[in-house]
Amino acid sequence: MSVKLTSRQVGDVTVIDASGRVTLGEGASAFRDMIRDLAAKGNKKLLLNLSDVSYIDSSGIGEMVSGFTTVTNNGGQLKLVGLSKRVKDLLQITKLYTVFEVYDDEAEAVRSFS
Amino acid sequence: MPWRDNSEMEKTQTTLESSLQSVDEAEVIVMREADKAGFDDDEQHQIGMAVRECMVNAVVHGNRYSKKKKVHLDVERSNDSLTVIIGDEGEGFDLSSLPDPLSPENLMRQSGRGILLVRAFMDEFDLHPRQGGGTEVRLVKNLAKS
Repeated sequence: MSVKLTSRQVGDVTVIDASGRVTLGEGASAFRDMIRDLAAKGNKKLLLNLSDVSYIDSSGIGEMVSGFTTVTNNGGQLKLVGLSKRVKDLLQITKLYTVFEVYDDEAEAVRSFS
Repeated sequence: MPWRDNSEMEKTQTTLESSLQSVDEAEVIVMREADKAGFDDDEQHQIGMAVRECMVNAVVHGNRYSKKKKVHLDVERSNDSLTVIIGDEGEGFDLSSLPDPLSPENLMRQSGRGILLVRAFMDEFDLHPRQGGGTEVRLVKNLAKS
């Protein structure tokens, strides 16, 4: 299954719920389009919920980095919540744990924006 | 096409098109062999991801999606390890030209992390010119001794 993406508002934070596989092709490009679209519409506080993401490859990681840069350059923030151990391992291996703010709990992540 | 030789090693050879669908097919083939070999879920995930990354390199960077070029996948399953060899028919690749994805100046680059993940997940990784042209990578994952 490729990635499925939906967005919702929690206060002034836009939460992107992702599920499925984020890999080269449709999955990674959908990821990119969603983040760029939300950033272009002026959303400054983005929280990417990866609770239901079963798989992410280097292209998917690349899109997360690209999304982070896009949002940051727009004066916003992109944070992560709900990472599986496997995704956390990927961020450790790639040293991106030093770049992304990562939360286990959504409410805590939402509060962190204020 | 699988066969058995005398050293309790089973080999599978598959020729694949230069498409992203082949990346999925290769992952399925190798994961099946990894399961038969006795790797646990996490190890199978690591092997599958390493294969995906190398297949993407072969299809996208090596063969550049050319319909005239094939990707060659060999899987060797023995009692204590799984070896995967992926060959493309591209122009060749110099591993030393790859920027270090962990250096501060490259950390925010969008691409260039695939080989890093392969090295992290497999016990052996080497890359060399393929006989007849192109690039060949060899991946080995050893079974943990019980």
